[in-house]
Amino acid sequence: MATGTEPSPTDHRPPSGVRGAGRAAIAAPHLRTDRWWLAPAATAAGLLAFVVYSTWRAFANAHYYAAPYVSPFFSPCLAENCESMRSGPNWDLFGSWWSLSPAVLILIFPLGFRLTCYYYRKAYYRGFWASPPACAVAEPHKKYTGETRFPLILQNIHRYFFYAAIVVAGILTYDTVLAFRDEHYAWGHMGLGTLVFLVNITLIWAYTISCHSCRHIVGGQLKHFSRHPVRYRAWRFVGKLNAHHMLLAWVSLMSVALADFYVYLVASGAFDDPRFF
Amino acid sequence: MSSYEARFRVWRGDIEGGGLKDFEVEVNDGEVVLDIIHRLQSTQAPDLAVRWNCKAGKCGSCSAEINGRPRLLCMTRMSVFDRAETITVTPLRAFPVIRDLVTDVGFNYSKAREIPAFVPPEGVGPGEYRMFQEDVDRSQEFRKCIECFLCQDTCHVVRDHEENKTAFAGPRFLMRVAELDMHPLDAAEESGLDRGRTAQDEHGLGYCNITKCCTEVCPEGIKITDNALIPLKERAVDRKYDPLVWLGSKIRRRSS
Amino acid sequence: MSVVDRQEWDVVVVGAGGAGLRAAIEARERGARTAVICKSLFGKAHTVMAEGGIAAAMANANEHDNWQVHFRDTLRGGKFLNQWRMAELHAQEAPDRVWELETWGALFDRTKDGRISQRNFGGHEYPRLAHVGDRTGLELIRTLQQKIVQLQQEDYRETGDYESRLKVFQECTVTRILKTVPDSGSAAGSRVSGVFAYERETGRFFVLQAPAVVIATGGIGKSFKVTSNSWEYTGDGHALALLAGAPLLNMEFVQFHPTGMVWPPSVKGILVTESVRGDGGVLRNSEGKRFMFDYVPDVFKEKYAESEEEGDRWYEDPDHNRRPPELLPRDEVARAINSEVKAGRGSPHGGVFLDVSTRMPAEVIRRRLPSMYHQFKELADVDITAEAMEVGPTCHYVMGGIAVDSETAAARGVPGLFAAGEVAGGMHGSNRLGGNSLSDLLVFGRRAGLHAAQYTAGAGAQRPAVDDEQVDAAAAEALRPFSAEGPGDRADHAPENPYTLHQELQQTMNDLVGIIRREGEMEHALEKLAELRVRAWRAGVEGHRQFNPGWHLALDLRNMLLVSECVARAALERTESRGGHTREDHPTMDRAWRNVNLLCAPVDPVDGPAATDPVRGRIALTRETTEPIRPDLLALFEKEELVKYLTEEELYE
Repeated sequence: MATGTEPSPTDHRPPSGVRGAGRAAIAAPHLRTDRWWLAPAATAAGLLAFVVYSTWRAFANAHYYAAPYVSPFFSPCLAENCESMRSGPNWDLFGSWWSLSPAVLILIFPLGFRLTCYYYRKAYYRGFWASPPACAVAEPHKKYTGETRFPLILQNIHRYFFYAAIVVAGILTYDTVLAFRDEHYAWGHMGLGTLVFLVNITLIWAYTISCHSCRHIVGGQLKHFSRHPVRYRAWRFVGKLNAHHMLLAWVSLMSVALADFYVYLVASGAFDDPRFF
Repeated sequence: MSSYEARFRVWRGDIEGGGLKDFEVEVNDGEVVLDIIHRLQSTQAPDLAVRWNCKAGKCGSCSAEINGRPRLLCMTRMSVFDRAETITVTPLRAFPVIRDLVTDVGFNYSKAREIPAFVPPEGVGPGEYRMFQEDVDRSQEFRKCIECFLCQDTCHVVRDHEENKTAFAGPRFLMRVAELDMHPLDAAEESGLDRGRTAQDEHGLGYCNITKCCTEVCPEGIKITDNALIPLKERAVDRKYDPLVWLGSKIRRRSS
Repeated sequence: MSVVDRQEWDVVVVGAGGAGLRAAIEARERGARTAVICKSLFGKAHTVMAEGGIAAAMANANEHDNWQVHFRDTLRGGKFLNQWRMAELHAQEAPDRVWELETWGALFDRTKDGRISQRNFGGHEYPRLAHVGDRTGLELIRTLQQKIVQLQQEDYRETGDYESRLKVFQECTVTRILKTVPDSGSAAGSRVSGVFAYERETGRFFVLQAPAVVIATGGIGKSFKVTSNSWEYTGDGHALALLAGAPLLNMEFVQFHPTGMVWPPSVKGILVTESVRGDGGVLRNSEGKRFMFDYVPDVFKEKYAESEEEGDRWYEDPDHNRRPPELLPRDEVARAINSEVKAGRGSPHGGVFLDVSTRMPAEVIRRRLPSMYHQFKELADVDITAEAMEVGPTCHYVMGGIAVDSETAAARGVPGLFAAGEVAGGMHGSNRLGGNSLSDLLVFGRRAGLHAAQYTAGAGAQRPAVDDEQVDAAAAEALRPFSAEGPGDRADHAPENPYTLHQELQQTMNDLVGIIRREGEMEHALEKLAELRVRAWRAGVEGHRQFNPGWHLALDLRNMLLVSECVARAALERTESRGGHTREDHPTMDRAWRNVNLLCAPVDPVDGPAATDPVRGRIALTRETTEPIRPDLLALFEKEELVKYLTEEELYE
């Protein structure tokens, strides 16, 4: 558990780290008096809630399409067993042999993007691994090699997931455009769902663009900004967004779940999409 | 606006051992924790060892841990604490203690020596250096570092794992690598030194799991993780894990 | 005889600030095995506190600038008392020293065309200060520190040992310069043979034997209560030189920086950089008046704006307007603030208002003055982008110091002893201009290192022997606080608390030999100093030698008391007001004093029991006439200006 960092009293390992030989003799693993456990606990709870919800939705394999809205968890829908969405993002690449939920095919990419994201790494290293649980609070692990070895060395492939995330965000943008139709596929309409999709896609883009890899690729890798004025401006723009990467990571996570939940409500008939025009 | 008696617990001891000692001490308006430590010295514990120098947050000498958090004694105002609170002051807990609040920070000086120095560009004499502000901005941020070593102290890689001290340079010195790699006139590459690669191979960049405690404790507000360590990781990826970039640089080098 | 660890080096540098490190780099590059000893950790020296910049006539911001103009400004600032050859060398060599830093990795702020940006400062005719925001000193120290590391890396590649040719002994304090016994050597007499020091961490004593010692220990500010200086500034180098037989020059000139923080009390004295004014900040009294317009002295009348409008225009168009009087040399501004506060027009906490908030957008303030913004926010809860700062004078710098040769930085009277930086006297005359300090460190740090290395290569071929008696005496002196007692064995001579003594000393100097001085007060100060000296003889400490701050302070007291006496005696002697020395009873500058140096030397060569005699004192003053300024340098000034400073005879010679 995220907050359970104090080794149990039956722990007989020789003391190391802050209680190791040579360090100031202080028995307590930490002396923080503030509520340092709150942030990792909240992070862990939030991530856990999303994992539970998205697993249920992905494997439920139902109520993900209500014309003209397709749940972002199922877009693009790449198997034969997809619901048909007129001119929607269902491209049957996998044929009939795929019998699981088509969400599994596509969720790999946003999942990989977020799993290797520099912010989420911090969040789950702290929240789930307690490595460290909070600053200057001793971590419970005996050994630590960080991201130097398999599997965590794979975190270095973040930028490939970023490229994939661009594609996914592009498709979700396409879905949002499609949401300007009504349930009979007539163009020029808008409902509450359209608004939900608009907000979601804006946040998804903001999160994707604010990515540290993106910041590096657009300009961070340069030695002389003065020789690349356009890329410098792009880097500055991404840098400004990047400062809010954590916030964007959370709100886009919530908005994507919300967009999915909205589609679920409409598709399952629990709620009627209010149409504006 | 008045003085009051505060309760302090200060760690006293040396390598042989020691413990937290209780003090009651006067606190006046506008004072910082270092003022209180000095008052203890001049009134109750004349041999209380503490390292300090400028008392203005510019030299980075008076690093310690206050209520378990790595901070500068001179930049921690008493007004941030509740008057009833007992304030605990200990030495940095990632380094060997010498006496009382003074620790042996030699680790940092030996790491500093392992980072290859700035390589001046050939054929550019003194006075001929031309650099633009936007090109020096990034490295200038890192050069604000006052070497208080709070980031080195808080980083769990070495704080909780003594054995990693040989392999890991720590945030301060990885940031130094980033500073030099971003220096517009550093000629390391021409001299055959690939800073991005050595960050990973020789200075232990891979140990960093970007949990940002270095940034959290930095008294200069340097965005160590976002602006130095992550960009450095991305530069290492360029060199080591990105076939496209690798291929591109091969081709470009051949054609130029 | 105590067993003390001994090592041999070619050059020993005492102090690791800008001057010390620059000297060490030079000495090492000239082939001398060099040791640096510093009281703090490596890279923490007081130089990091320098904010504004390094003055060097590179002419990046204004093409009219050159070394002659810089020289002229420096002499005006020092009221023509400067050791003119030093000022000349300084102005000529400063640009090279700055450029050299870039080749070592320094990153200064840039101009639009990619050169080093230069900013305005008090007393400088053109924008001249190379800077990095307001943390130039930090950049300087870090660059030198990293250069030293680079040299050590070179040595490591060659010898397998980082410290084979250049070693920093950090957190060590030198208590004595050792000299050869006069009759043991050749006819040349007594010369430097090394230093005696202790390691703070363990309290262990050690001796570094070397033919040449460079003193670069900085200033004396810790003898004053309100000061911008750090704990290190206890006048160690001044005292070491004095005790080794080298005289100190013009110690009465102490610079009070006009703008130090005045509130809260615990940070009183911390510096507020002059860049605040250089970048457009203005001084106002409690009535909201920009009072500096009332305080432009006659010698500067033609050079400064007469109206606020003209002063404001100057920032944009310096060629056709005169600078605002907020940018007068520091001594003038400090006195003006002092007078305003005395006249009852001060701010609530006894300072005046320094305002940038109404002069620049918040964004610009945060970019150009980041540490000031940070400092006020963190320490005083004041947002300088929204409200004015409260500032008042603070003891900042000592112009006086070890009397040195202009070319070689060699201390007078002691072969093998060199001095550079704040601890050396002469360069700045009676008042230092802002920005001239960092360039002084570099120019004369390098010269000291160079000549120390050359001296060792020549004279040092025959290694001077360390005198065991001196080592034993130094060890006994350093251990005294652990067995403190008075002269004789009277029971009422209980050990004194060094912290109390220090506080009394600071109060005395602050109140009686401070920014405005009077004869009676200084006589009183000398009596008080004598009393403190007797009590300091009994300063006692608890505990053991391992990192014991009480003990360290007890040892530093000797130095502070010696130096304070120099300041007080010289200040009493000089019956005029000039630069950093202001006498209420002699309020004007006297041309007859222009060419007079006051030299301090100890009455007894050895600091023995005579030190406890309150009447005699330990310092004797001698007057000395300065060398006439070289005619071609004098020709840089208008006749009308010179008549204000020089006597008739000097003018028509």
